[in-house]
Amino acid sequence: MTSDLIIRLTHVSKKFGQAFLAVDDLSLNIKEGEFITFLGPSGCGKSTALKMIAGLLPVSAGSIEITPSSAVSEQDLGFVFQEPTLMPWATVFDNVYLPLRLVGLRRSEVEPRVTQILKEVGLTRFADSYPRELSGGMKMRVSIARALVTRPRILLMDEPFAALDEMTRSKLNDDVVRLANENKLTVIFVTHSVFESVYLSTRIMVMAARPGRVVADLPMQTPWPPKDEWRTTPEFMSEARKVSEVLKGTLDAKDIDH
Amino acid sequence: MQKTSTTKDLSTPVNTAQLRRARRERVLTWVMPIILLIIAVGLWEYLVWYHEIPKYLIPAPSLIAETLVKDGPSLMASSWFTVKLTFFSLGLAIIGGVLLGALFALSRPVELSLFPFAVILQVTPVVAIAPLILIYVDSTFAALLICAWIVAFFPILSNTVMGLRSADHNLIDLFTMYRATRWQRLRYLLAPSALPYFMAALKVAGGLALIGAVVAEFVAGTAGQNTGLASRIIESSFRSEIPRMFAALVLVSFLGIIIFLLTSWASSKVLGHWHESEVRREY
Ligand SMILES: Nc1ncnc2c1ncn2[C@@H]1O[C@H](COP(=O)(O)OP(=O)(O)OP(=O)(O)O)[C@@H](O)[C@H]1O
Ligand SMILES: [Mg+2]
Repeated sequence: MTSDLIIRLTHVSKKFGQAFLAVDDLSLNIKEGEFITFLGPSGCGKSTALKMIAGLLPVSAGSIEITPSSAVSEQDLGFVFQEPTLMPWATVFDNVYLPLRLVGLRRSEVEPRVTQILKEVGLTRFADSYPRELSGGMKMRVSIARALVTRPRILLMDEPFAALDEMTRSKLNDDVVRLANENKLTVIFVTHSVFESVYLSTRIMVMAARPGRVVADLPMQTPWPPKDEWRTTPEFMSEARKVSEVLKGTLDAKDIDH
Repeated sequence: MQKTSTTKDLSTPVNTAQLRRARRERVLTWVMPIILLIIAVGLWEYLVWYHEIPKYLIPAPSLIAETLVKDGPSLMASSWFTVKLTFFSLGLAIIGGVLLGALFALSRPVELSLFPFAVILQVTPVVAIAPLILIYVDSTFAALLICAWIVAFFPILSNTVMGLRSADHNLIDLFTMYRATRWQRLRYLLAPSALPYFMAALKVAGGLALIGAVVAEFVAGTAGQNTGLASRIIESSFRSEIPRMFAALVLVSFLGIIIFLLTSWASSKVLGHWHESEVRREY
């Protein structure tokens, strides 16, 4: 794991309307290869922060810098939404091909690449299917494949598996870990789930609402990439309990309606 | 149905049940209406014969059929005129509606300034403007075309605008992230999102174009130089040729049905593989 700085947030704030602070004074240095989760209750500004990093929302104050890449990639950032967000009129192949099509690459040029990434997420057989023919977990895999097809350095994921059942979710968590490891990705992952964040991350940012802010920056001591068996060990449980305590502290501090 | 890769239950009971349901569906959509139509026509024939109703009041279906054959050439020429008028105006409505709709969706100021006029055009009954248009426009065909176009144009415009605005916001964000050009956005995201709305409008506009064509011709009717089906109806009514009137009416309805079938078929061709409204569910 290299320790080059890749994303730097300095005093970033986001205001909606006149007075509503969705994100308040967020400063954060992210190093290459880190797997960071934003963990916090609903409405604490996790999605807002992620969208600002992706450049989809302008910041109200502060700045976000992303170190320019030296590697070849069509798009440095990959974004995975909470919903699969696929085009229902396009096949799985065409959905994954989309980012490359938008940068002007022809289908014949990139067919092997798209096929390869579909293979990595286990969807080779479904290349010609339409999204409506897939299960929720499979749609999410398509969404991940689409985010990775441009060979990004940074992957942003906004509660990608919140709508899935426990088993599918842990399977997909392992897939994300594997893909992040193989492709040397820096990941920012938004979640509500303490277990998910403890399992995945090298570092957890615990957030609280009103105003949306980071209340704790918890580096994980555990080895990364995590192994499936780790989920049942006492160490995992004790890590999860520690993080839970911190999270609960933020909830008690303010009576948050959710 | 597109190929699906789900494992299918191949046990016979399920399969025969599926087959039976599919057959039932086919029967219900085609055979039943046709049987009902035959019964109704038969009943009509019988009642006219039984009560000896004079043909200048209600002609028997057999007489209408006879008239259709006898007056075939003149009725066919009129039908052809109405067909041309209808499809021409529908075509222009599609072109105009889509182009203006795209303009509206791209530019808010254009929409705000022009939309009220589109609404005025829509809410003013075409019968009320038709005489004026007939006065101002020299060619009767062109005048009729304008009338039919006015009626068919609005649903296409309003649905195109709504459709182009209906794209998923996250997908719009995604396109922004990948720095899509305006054209790419339109081609790969907005247009496909608008397609279901457009196809729904097309079904409505097809019928409206025919209604517009017939109504406008009714207004123009006395000018005498028109040869559409509406003129045949007016003409027959003046001469009290009721069977011929019915024959022309049958042809108008037939044309309407053809238009409906064509637009429905187009809709299922275009949306069938993905949109909920046209996808056939597998049980
Ligand atoms: N476009 C917007 N306009 C006004 N307020 C907004 C907008 N987007 C988000 N907010 C507000 O900002 C706050 C943070 O929203 P955000 O979506 O970032 O929360 P979140 O942490 O992602 O919550 P969740 O876990 O439910 O997704 C919320 O209170 C929300 O109401
Ligand atoms: Mg959110």
